[in-house]
Amino acid sequence: MADERRPGDMPLVSDDVSGLKLVSRSTYVKEAALKNLFLLCAFVAVAGVGLIFVFVGYRGWPIFSEVGLWKFLLGTEWLPTSGLFGILPLFVGSIVVTLGALLLGTPLAVGAAVFLSEIAPPKVRAIVRPAIELLAGVPSVVYGFFGLLILRPIVAQLTGGLGFGPLTAWIILAIMIVPTIATLTEDALRSIPDGVREASYAMGATTWQTISRVLLPAAKIGIVDAVVLGMGRAIGETMAVLMVVGNAPGFFRGAGAPISTLTSQIVMDMPYASGMHRTALFGMAIILFLISMGLVFTVRVLSRMREEPS
Amino acid sequence: MKDMKRITNAIAIGAFWLAGLTTVFILGAVIVYVFVNGIGHISPAFIFTRPHGVNAEGGIWPMIVATLYVTGLAMVIVTPIAVLAAVYLAEYAVQGRLVRIIRFAADTLAGVPSIVMGLFGLALFVEGLGIGFSVLSGALALSFLMLPIVMRTTEEAIRAVPKYIRWGSYGLGATKWQTVSRIVLPSAMPRIITGLILATGRAVGETAVVIFTMGTMIFTPVLPTDPGRSMTVHLYQMAMEGINLPAAFGTALLLMVMILFFNLSARWLLRRNRRMQG
Repeated sequence: MADERRPGDMPLVSDDVSGLKLVSRSTYVKEAALKNLFLLCAFVAVAGVGLIFVFVGYRGWPIFSEVGLWKFLLGTEWLPTSGLFGILPLFVGSIVVTLGALLLGTPLAVGAAVFLSEIAPPKVRAIVRPAIELLAGVPSVVYGFFGLLILRPIVAQLTGGLGFGPLTAWIILAIMIVPTIATLTEDALRSIPDGVREASYAMGATTWQTISRVLLPAAKIGIVDAVVLGMGRAIGETMAVLMVVGNAPGFFRGAGAPISTLTSQIVMDMPYASGMHRTALFGMAIILFLISMGLVFTVRVLSRMREEPS
Repeated sequence: MKDMKRITNAIAIGAFWLAGLTTVFILGAVIVYVFVNGIGHISPAFIFTRPHGVNAEGGIWPMIVATLYVTGLAMVIVTPIAVLAAVYLAEYAVQGRLVRIIRFAADTLAGVPSIVMGLFGLALFVEGLGIGFSVLSGALALSFLMLPIVMRTTEEAIRAVPKYIRWGSYGLGATKWQTVSRIVLPSAMPRIITGLILATGRAVGETAVVIFTMGTMIFTPVLPTDPGRSMTVHLYQMAMEGINLPAAFGTALLLMVMILFFNLSARWLLRRNRRMQG
């Protein structure tokens, strides 16, 4: 960590004010003022989180106080026009879509990461790595468009419906989370010292044995980290899911039957929603915000575990 | 037994090759598909004229202006704040609770689903502050989305500047701020700009944030308080309504070209910088 200051380092304003005794008072004041200005800038991030919580929370709060938390969370019917604001089907939809995408995307992403860090010759790596980074840059609406026009007809033939549904969303989302999981897994694999690999090969292990019994277990926490972040990306993904999932706010009934998710339902309803319906949408946003915050927290706990292995 | 081991190994390595090449194939498929279907529709008239009629025939000029406008404004807003915040984290901060809180907030901000950011922008900027559906509201909401990205890349850029350069500066009697502003930031500049370009590329492709802050009205914005419709929102609406697919492909292609341009120029800048440093 670059934050550690050894005795040989220069005295800094923050560390050692007496080190600045030799400068004029105006310089001292200026330096201190600048430092506080920078701190203020850094605090914009904290303020941002606070503002999101306050403003989305303020608009969504009545749904908890008037409809009730449990009726909102566990209600099984989303019929805003009849005053039924149960988001359980949407919540289940989000979970189904996310888990399916993780099941499809994780093996591909971890495989691609192992390929990049252990197997690919430098020339191939120089093509695959940028490709994965560019995949991360493709806008979600373009993925949605691609899914709508290319995948949907294929899924329609497979399942016999219109092709709107979880299966299409799974495939599109899996593609979208591959870059997140692959890059982070590759980082975790690369941080394993080469000595570990050499020791394994010296024991007569093959490449596959080294990867499966030594490297992947060693990078375990890093991979879980990556999958949790991929999960955050998948559960919060809006446009791509919205365009292929069908947007029928009922329970999951199979890979080919249209469902809806928290994110997609917000975009669908927001343009015309009013009154308590609108409040409910803000309430859903709070839930999404809390979920994403929880995932970030999990990742932090995991990385701390990685730094100090018990 | 020995054969088993060798065969398993070969199969596994084959599978890893497959995984690696699949990702390239997917990227290629998306790019080729959009390119092949969109290229026929790109023309000066498509880029520089306004859409008209029920099916949005004609061009997409207002959307291009709105997209560049909102992204540019967001970048102007976010750059000073994010860079100075990163300066604080990399140069001034002492590890402690304060820094932990700031980092957790930045990570949380980076993980906020874009739709939540959109509703936040709607609640605070559009309705709370009464700015209305406008480029300014969109830019403010987008800047919160870009903030953690720029902060992280800038902090990494500053940390990559070798320590002895700083010592040289301090040795000449420079104060902390003189060292940071004249020595550290200029040496970190190429990587900071790379981070900014990447964040901009991300903002150009954003849909859920701008749809609820800038609106969906087809309008060529002039003032920051004018509404507009971004290219992503335009693509979404045309795709969902199933009208004028050629124009949707054209929009998707232009969008991809813009984002590829941002990404490739960032990579080029980074590579050139690395080569210069040896």
